[in-house]
Amino acid sequence: MSMLEIRNLHARIENREILKGLNLTVNAGEVHSIMGPNGSGKSTLAQVMARRENYVVTEGEILLDGKDLLAMKPEDAACEGVFMAFQYPIEIAGISNAYFLRAALNAVRKYHGKKEMDAMDFMPFYKQKMKLLEVDESFMTRSVNEGFSGGEKKRNEILQMALLEPKLAILDETDSGLDIDAMRIVANGVNAMRSPDRAIIVITHYQRLLDYIVPDFVHVLVDGRIVKSGGKELALTLEEQGYVGVETEASATAVAV
Amino acid sequence: MEGTNVSATIQQLPSYLETFLQLQKQSPVHRQESWLRGVREDAFTSFCQLGFPTVHDEDWRFTSVAPIAQTTFHLSEIPEDETDTVTEDDIAPYRLESLAAQLVFVNGRYVSRLSCLPAGHKGLQVSSLAEAMLKEREKIEPHLTRYTDSSKEAFTALNTAFFEDGAFVFIPRGLALQKPIYLLYLNTGSETPRIANPRNLIMAGENSQGTILEDYVSLGVGESFTNVVTEVVAAEQAVLHHYRIERESTEVFHVSTLSIQQGRSTTVNSHSVLTGGALVRNNIQPVLAGEGGNCLINGLFIGNGRQHLDNYMKVEHRSAHCASHQFYNGILDGESRGVFHGRILVCKGAQQTDSKQTNRNLLLSDTAQMDSKPQLEIFADDVKCTHSATIGQIDEEALFYLRSRGLDEAAAEGLLLFAFASECLERMNPGLIRNYLAKIIMRALPQAKQSEAAL
Repeated sequence: MSMLEIRNLHARIENREILKGLNLTVNAGEVHSIMGPNGSGKSTLAQVMARRENYVVTEGEILLDGKDLLAMKPEDAACEGVFMAFQYPIEIAGISNAYFLRAALNAVRKYHGKKEMDAMDFMPFYKQKMKLLEVDESFMTRSVNEGFSGGEKKRNEILQMALLEPKLAILDETDSGLDIDAMRIVANGVNAMRSPDRAIIVITHYQRLLDYIVPDFVHVLVDGRIVKSGGKELALTLEEQGYVGVETEASATAVAV
Repeated sequence: MEGTNVSATIQQLPSYLETFLQLQKQSPVHRQESWLRGVREDAFTSFCQLGFPTVHDEDWRFTSVAPIAQTTFHLSEIPEDETDTVTEDDIAPYRLESLAAQLVFVNGRYVSRLSCLPAGHKGLQVSSLAEAMLKEREKIEPHLTRYTDSSKEAFTALNTAFFEDGAFVFIPRGLALQKPIYLLYLNTGSETPRIANPRNLIMAGENSQGTILEDYVSLGVGESFTNVVTEVVAAEQAVLHHYRIERESTEVFHVSTLSIQQGRSTTVNSHSVLTGGALVRNNIQPVLAGEGGNCLINGLFIGNGRQHLDNYMKVEHRSAHCASHQFYNGILDGESRGVFHGRILVCKGAQQTDSKQTNRNLLLSDTAQMDSKPQLEIFADDVKCTHSATIGQIDEEALFYLRSRGLDEAAAEGLLLFAFASECLERMNPGLIRNYLAKIIMRALPQAKQSEAAL
């Protein structure tokens, strides 16, 4: 059984259909990249998987290890191991990163019947991950993303991922707005997370991030459907030729159907 | 409308008059303090003339005190049975380590058995006001009732006419008191509605520093009325942190007035946390009388059910180069109603005034209501005054963000509410009192109980 099975997914927001019959299979241990032009539905796919309620699924299904992901609330999906790194992480004044992360980690542990982690056990664990993401220890006491630079916010997302150790990580345009240094740090964090029982989906518009996080598969999403899949070399082709080629191909297929 | 309110007031007047005359005859404090008799009589006359305010009064536009005006309240009898029945166990939750002193009042009366007086600081005085008035008239007379206006404020007039006891705090010149002074006011409740008029006088000497906590708590149920006046006098260069918690039961009417007289280069920080009471009016009234004074008015109110929480402040800038900053956050659920009325008066000559007013509110239900009113009266031409008010709901984006990390909806909401409330906590000095308040706030917040252990 594959870890993730997406079949014929149709989703809309405010009566606008975005995903129009998307199929995708992801196995544990694999890194998939989903590329596509703006507005093709990449972020919608991420949001649907993270169970954001304003995206309405009208058709199709998503199975996570055989469980119906679409029946889950956001917190249940998170506890089942889905983690989405936000394209635009939210700033929350008044809650420290350490407090928030320990609360989140303990919510997940509780869900799995594990003992909650106290501050004594949590801090060394947290500090170890901070080192990995090359963030300053002052992160701990700072409010969640408040006043963070773009790069700091993205690093904080990957830091959260490293702590929560999800089964399925979805990176929604994590590269947007990152300079090369920040991209390298973020990629290091993600690569350190690669493991035989974890799957990672990297959503991006540009190929550059994939130089650092080398995917096993690349899919091209156009107009709500995956129109082309291939290996990592597909990303390079796209970089050279742009999405114009695949878009024409896609409409040609549509006409042929 | 006005007619009914006025007649309601007049209906209860005989009862107030009877009580006043009875106090003059029987209350030891009223009998012995002959120097205050004239002031009390004038105050009572003003109270009769003013009557209780109505919503036609601009300062009371959003708050009807008709329930107070229409109820006949009794003073607790002397000697007071309840003061004897309150045990150490009852107040165990209100004991804190590392205090400079703790005074305990039951239904407005000082109970020495439960209080801890200060030790080890030369010149520091923390005692019952009634006692101090007997022993230290020369210290108190120049200040008591001098910073409040009984001729204009009915509730202050009522307090001035009736008060029997309260706290007296005197921090001597040059003393930087590290540990807080905790003033605890217990309301035992009773079958018949009862009134308590605590009166506090806090004097911070030149270049002194101190922290005072006034905490109003219910130990029993029953309708009652707490009408408190606190006068604060800060001499040159003094730094005073004043905290006030109102967490009495939701049958209690509570009107409190904090009048602050600030001298040159003083800093007074007032922090109010309102979580209890049926009808609460919290007046904070600093007068920046000397140059270079600094005043912070920080507050948080958390309403539920049918609570009505009114935050009124009047800041008087009388001198140049003073700063006053007001920050109030409100969280309203159920059918509760909140009021923020911030009045800033910049007198002629108070140049270089820096005044800021921010009121942020979260409404958690469709039936909760908030009225926010800034009022600036500026008679100087070189000043900086800003104000802003927002009323909103819980941020859905933030809620989703937290839930996407595994927190359930209630926990996520609780965390966001606590974060909102924390804006108020962060303006307090870190330490004992702030931690104590954080726990009280956490318990008062809807859905936030699960995280208390983490604090």
